[in-house]
Amino acid sequence: MAQAFRLPMGGRIDRSKPIRFTFDGRMIDGFTGDTVASALLANGVHLVGRSFKYHRPRGILSHGSDEPSALLSVDRGPGRVDPNNRASVVEARDGLKIVSQNRWPSLAFDVGAVNDLLSPVFVAGFYYKTFMWPRSFWDKVYEPVIRAAAGLGVAPQVADPDRYANRHAHCDVLVVGAGPAGLAAALAAAETGKRVIVADEQAEPGGALLHQPDALIDGRGAEAWRAAAIGELDARENVVLLPRTTVFGYYNHNHVAMVERVADHRSDAPAGTPRERLWQVRAAEVVLATGSHERPLVFADNDRPGVMLAESVRVFINRYGVAPGRRTVFATSGASAYVAAADAKAAGIDVALVDIREERECGPEAAWLRAAGVDVLTGHTIVGTQGRKRVEGLVVAPLSNGGVGARRVIACDCVGMSGGWTPAVHLFSQSRGKLAFDAALDAFVPGVSAQAERSAGAASGIYDLAACLDSGFTAGTRAAGSSARRTFAASETRIGFKPARALPTDANPAKVRAFVDFQNDVTAKDLKLAMREGFESIEHVKRYTTTGMATDQGKTSNMNALGIVAEGLGRPLPSVGTTTFRPPYTPVTFGALVGPARHALFDPIRTTPIHEWAAEHGATFENVALWRRAWYFPRPGEDRQTAVARECRAVREGVGVFDGSTLGKIEVVGPDAAEFMNRLYVNAWIKLGVGRCRYGLMLKEDGYILDDGVVARLADDRFHVTTTTGRAPRVLAHMEDYLQTEWPELDVFLTSTTEQWAVIAVQGPKARETIAGLVAGIDLSNEAFPHMSVREGHICGAPCRLFRVSFTGDLGYEINVPSDYGRAVWEAVVEAGAPFGITPYGTETMHVLRAEKGYIIVGQETDGTVTPDDVGLAGMIARAKPDFVGKRSLARPDLLAAGRKQLVGLATSDPSLVLDEGAQIVADPNQPIPMTMLGHVTSSYFSPSCGRSIAMALVADGRALTGRTLHVTTPDGFTAVTVREPVFFDPDGSRVNA
Amino acid sequence: MLLIDCPFCGKRPEVEFHCGGEAHIARPADPAQVDDAIWAEHLFVRKNPRGLHAERWRHLHGCGQWFNALRDTYTDRFVETYKAGEQPKHPLTETRA
Ligand SMILES: [Zn+2]
Repeated sequence: MAQAFRLPMGGRIDRSKPIRFTFDGRMIDGFTGDTVASALLANGVHLVGRSFKYHRPRGILSHGSDEPSALLSVDRGPGRVDPNNRASVVEARDGLKIVSQNRWPSLAFDVGAVNDLLSPVFVAGFYYKTFMWPRSFWDKVYEPVIRAAAGLGVAPQVADPDRYANRHAHCDVLVVGAGPAGLAAALAAAETGKRVIVADEQAEPGGALLHQPDALIDGRGAEAWRAAAIGELDARENVVLLPRTTVFGYYNHNHVAMVERVADHRSDAPAGTPRERLWQVRAAEVVLATGSHERPLVFADNDRPGVMLAESVRVFINRYGVAPGRRTVFATSGASAYVAAADAKAAGIDVALVDIREERECGPEAAWLRAAGVDVLTGHTIVGTQGRKRVEGLVVAPLSNGGVGARRVIACDCVGMSGGWTPAVHLFSQSRGKLAFDAALDAFVPGVSAQAERSAGAASGIYDLAACLDSGFTAGTRAAGSSARRTFAASETRIGFKPARALPTDANPAKVRAFVDFQNDVTAKDLKLAMREGFESIEHVKRYTTTGMATDQGKTSNMNALGIVAEGLGRPLPSVGTTTFRPPYTPVTFGALVGPARHALFDPIRTTPIHEWAAEHGATFENVALWRRAWYFPRPGEDRQTAVARECRAVREGVGVFDGSTLGKIEVVGPDAAEFMNRLYVNAWIKLGVGRCRYGLMLKEDGYILDDGVVARLADDRFHVTTTTGRAPRVLAHMEDYLQTEWPELDVFLTSTTEQWAVIAVQGPKARETIAGLVAGIDLSNEAFPHMSVREGHICGAPCRLFRVSFTGDLGYEINVPSDYGRAVWEAVVEAGAPFGITPYGTETMHVLRAEKGYIIVGQETDGTVTPDDVGLAGMIARAKPDFVGKRSLARPDLLAAGRKQLVGLATSDPSLVLDEGAQIVADPNQPIPMTMLGHVTSSYFSPSCGRSIAMALVADGRALTGRTLHVTTPDGFTAVTVREPVFFDPDGSRVNA
Repeated sequence: MLLIDCPFCGKRPEVEFHCGGEAHIARPADPAQVDDAIWAEHLFVRKNPRGLHAERWRHLHGCGQWFNALRDTYTDRFVETYKAGEQPKHPLTETRA
């Protein structure tokens, strides 16, 4: 019968709005306002999953985000399958497909349950003990089998189609949690006019007030007070009240991260609505009103479906109008479960209560509940449950004189257990506040704050309703910088409990399966085993047994685990330590964290003014830093090798055109510009004439090469500096660092001009003839405009800085024009070069041509540990200069020592064999392992100009090995190479001066 | 994420900044006169205190200026920030109890 366990009245669900979803294919009816958990319970479904390790049947333990067991896969449509959702958190709505996890072939009959029978094998530290050897077994045998047998949900197979939003916000007071303490804090802060954000993880603000319809606050019903408080907050312009918003991370300087669930609960969300929104809030002050979590009792088979937390039973009855069972036994060590029992009784449920405490240890609640007609059994322990997929009985036994008496069974279909309460100090701990142990509360409470933050209500160990409201109001006013005070009158709260630990039993302790951590399947026995094996710190016990390390971060289990370990070691609980809580408080979707940073928005893409032309002309592209650069321009039918060979030949024989716009450019200007350049580069700059260029080499202070590039002097006080494509920001930062902090007396300005200039490299014997007709105001003759010089003039009417430079070894120009003219000038050059067969070429051809000339690329021939001398550029160093960055380090003993790796060329004995870049080089391929590595290949290509493969390498004492045979690793073994000069083409360099 | 008080711009989130390591390490006026050991110390040896640490920061995605900060490496609290070339007002104790 549909909703057989729905109470005839009560609850906050909207009975006029029925909804329907499926659970493992079965139709489940519920009402708007239900969670998946409450709707399942309304239909009598308790068995919802199989446990992680032992595949034990599991049900719904809690009503909130602390739920460890009821993890379900939620299917909201194609591509929208989301595993490991807590049934108690997912709002029920039409059309959801809910699927149970970790079972095969079905939830009711699960083959993996054999693990439960093998449980003696799966003890604490099982992974560490079993899988140490041999290593290869891990990949091939253990890991796949364990993966198949244990685990949680299945990851979705397709890309997430949903949109996730991202918002930054600032406020004066952030209130976390909108239960009674949080609402009081928010009202107090709001009254001061300060900007307030209130975030609450539930669908409705109110916290515990939502399931205490009988409570009174200041003479009003709790619901009336709650509604008025929310009405007031909603009406205020200085308050943002966010339901369905979980604060999951508390970071430095009150930077707080929260996720708002925007669309999942709606079946009518308009297209484009983000599924979730990540909020990053910077709050001047934070009030943590995060409430508390109930502890389970630790007794044999306490994980049977139908065994729930006592307060959660109360929540399902009062808030959702659902009776989790027809006959419910409450098992408790404290007072709060008596209220749950009374509410269950009032809802018409058959109720009994068993208290671990002796009669004399109980408060007035025992008499109070008996007066309501409920059997109360004090001084009893719980020794087990009956039933398999649903609890059928609770096995209890009297405690007397330290012994356990005769067992008896109380028949039931639901158990509500309560082992006391634990303040939710997770966010306080994340804020790096120091926890303090309160023995009276048997709990850690917030101690010394590390940030501008304060806790209120149950999160600070205050459970009485009036006191919660008082503490919340005080926290709110203090956070807002006010000293206003207010006291609240509220109905009595039944509080107090006796720490229970593992309950006494008459059973063989080796056979008792009393669960502490329900999600990771850790029992009291596992904890005791860890202690026997010598683990004493809770951090070690935690890692060894995995207790508290599941996705619920031990919300229900941590204090029980700590208590059992402390008891076992015979030490006071605080000396065992507590665990440090880390973000996220509850699991966060990757989508929320990633937000819009996907696909094209994952990282910025930089393109040049000529990019579209290259794309239109069939270029393939490669990523260089954030730039997308034309790699080569294949013609129909050409592969990369053929295209690159054609492009190389065109440059060597006619003319090629290359987009060099990505080159970093920095304008260095000021009266002290030359002096600044002198101190920063190894080269000499003072005497460099205006209109001349120089290849500049820049070191870090440690003497290693940082960057290189051509520098042009445009005026006495103005240099046009170029850098490598990938290092431009780093070079500018390096320059700024020295200018600002070491030489602030220098009058120099540094400006990044990378994106101001489009750079068109025209290279090859026909380069001059190609641009001659386009350039105005510059004499292009060799005499007037020699290699390594710069002129300002016009090209196609656009202002230009024309460089006579070459990174190919052939006659070449680099046309710098303002970016807006880049494409037009490029097209004009291509048209003007047509008679000479002008050929656009990409970065691959550029690499081959420069390698033929032995020109290094910083980052390819260098790796941050390479000096100028290592790459044969010691001649660049102006040794007469008293100082430059890195000069002193070049005299460090290690940088002068013999055996440094030096740049050489390598010629393979097989001219068609192209070595692998990065391949290792040895002298003797037959040397036993470990072999002596002499160096590695840094660049390797097939050179069309040379008709053979070429390579450069860094080899220990390489220059002295010229002419010698060495051996380079290949995929098949080794190949012989001859060491030679790194310049393979036009060694006397005559072509650049053509 | 840290909130850093740029002496030129005010409080800005950490992502706008670049940390440049320990502050107040003077580059020797004439490195050529410095022996290998002292030069190596200058290049490579840095304090690593638990507690107050004077360090260099640059407001990279802001005003672009380098400045100094006193930060407690244990609490991540910034005691003060001040311009390059200045000394902190707060006494710089190397370690904390
Ligand atoms: Zn700034």
